[in-house]
Amino acid sequence: MKYLCLVYCDEGLLHSLPDSPADAECQAYAQVLEGSGRVLAAQALQSVQAATTVRVRNGQMSLTDGPFAETKEQLAGFYLIEARDLNEALNIAKGIPAARVGSVEVRPVRELQP
Amino acid sequence: MLGEQLREVVDELYRRDSRRILATLIRLLGDFDLAEEAMHEAFFIAVERWQRDGIPSNPRAWLVSTGRFKAIDLLRRHARFDHAQADLIMLVPSDDDPGDEALLGDDRLRLIFTCCHPALAADVQVPLTLREVCGLSTEQIANAFVQRPATIAQRIVRAKAKIRDAGIAYQVPEQAELAERLDSVLRVIYLVFNEGYSASSGEAVVRRELCDEAIRLGRLLLQLLPAPQVTGLLALMLLQASRQAARSDLDGNLVLLDQQDRRLWNHQQIAEGCQLAEQALRAGPAGIYSLQAAIAALHAEALRPEDTDWAQIIGLYDVLQRHWPSPVIELNRAAALARRDGPQAGLVLIEALLQRGELLDYHLAHAACAELHGQLGQTEQARAAWQRALILTQQGPERRYIEQRLGDLQGR
Repeated sequence: MKYLCLVYCDEGLLHSLPDSPADAECQAYAQVLEGSGRVLAAQALQSVQAATTVRVRNGQMSLTDGPFAETKEQLAGFYLIEARDLNEALNIAKGIPAARVGSVEVRPVRELQP
Repeated sequence: MLGEQLREVVDELYRRDSRRILATLIRLLGDFDLAEEAMHEAFFIAVERWQRDGIPSNPRAWLVSTGRFKAIDLLRRHARFDHAQADLIMLVPSDDDPGDEALLGDDRLRLIFTCCHPALAADVQVPLTLREVCGLSTEQIANAFVQRPATIAQRIVRAKAKIRDAGIAYQVPEQAELAERLDSVLRVIYLVFNEGYSASSGEAVVRRELCDEAIRLGRLLLQLLPAPQVTGLLALMLLQASRQAARSDLDGNLVLLDQQDRRLWNHQQIAEGCQLAEQALRAGPAGIYSLQAAIAALHAEALRPEDTDWAQIIGLYDVLQRHWPSPVIELNRAAALARRDGPQAGLVLIEALLQRGELLDYHLAHAACAELHGQLGQTEQARAAWQRALILTQQGPERRYIEQRLGDLQGR
């Protein structure tokens, strides 16, 4: 099964807490997962301040500067993984360095019905 | 065989084995609802088929394999026939003999671990376990928890959907995860027990059923997975349940430990509980349930309240507090200390606890204070503390008890 691990954290604190992971550590973890063939994609994201939200209503596109919702914690990165079951996915999520300072939401991927 | 007799045999088989058969079908079919439906169909067919052909040599195996074939019929009938799923059902290795005791046991254990998976919220783990593992009806569960059946049904549906969609594996966790996952199972069983035992509301009869069900689950788990923590939990539940009959009088009023008629205690449960508690403690590092069981055993072994070995009880609370610090344990320890060293010694500790702002909303902390003030002849402080306790509890028997104690203080 595929799972998307969404890493949420207060952006302002993500890099400044004693337990905050350095980029190198995050990169190393992604590489380990890649080596075992269990990661399909993994990226860190720029701040929500860099986000633009797009909506199309009645054929009209509107743009908003910023994320779709203002939240206390923001999406800071993601790992799209392949795991045997939820237990394996949770074990992978547990190892994500940012889990020490933020939260990792593990969401099963829904395969679209043809 | 006469129809009447056969029906009795099938009913008995259902009572004894339906949960085990269900657990196996869930493994084979990978779908809770399909398994439940297929099992009921299998029992239905059994009545008619066995009438004609006689009872098979292994009725359980017959029911499992009939259920499995029935599942394919059901998929077809529901017009959600999916070749992939049907193929999958037939592909599941059939070399395992469905009558195999060990394998059936494994299936039940799988089911317990799945229903108590920590990825499910506690408020769904409990009803799901009662429904799937114990076979209680949605109505029974709703009654016991004073919820509407629709609410309980909804939670169970939500849980099954999560198990399916999130890919929660139907398996006993590997050794590395077992300890942590077992904790979750034990917590669910103890929650079921406590809901029955310390009745925050609800009917007395249904509540006793919950206690019995929790003990039954504990026994089942111990049989499937003999680990000291499981032994400890079963011991604790048996020792607490042993006092059930003495805990309230004929009018449903609360009777505290000291005032209980100890002849009403269930001495069979006490004997078994004490033996299991000892066994659990001998088996290795003391667990949280084993230690509480040991405390309960010391109470149970005292023929009169004054025979209680308070020193040893305090020692056990010290160990508990060291490994699982909690203000409630501190409170209980203080109450035990008051028995050994006098009310003033206990009161100092409880007041310090309240001063820290902990347990301020816990009625039993104020009740303990009130009791000790009363023993010291400090009527005013006792009255104030009983009143605080009264505000904090909704439970009928407890309120009546506190009101009675307040009444006793009048005119003093």
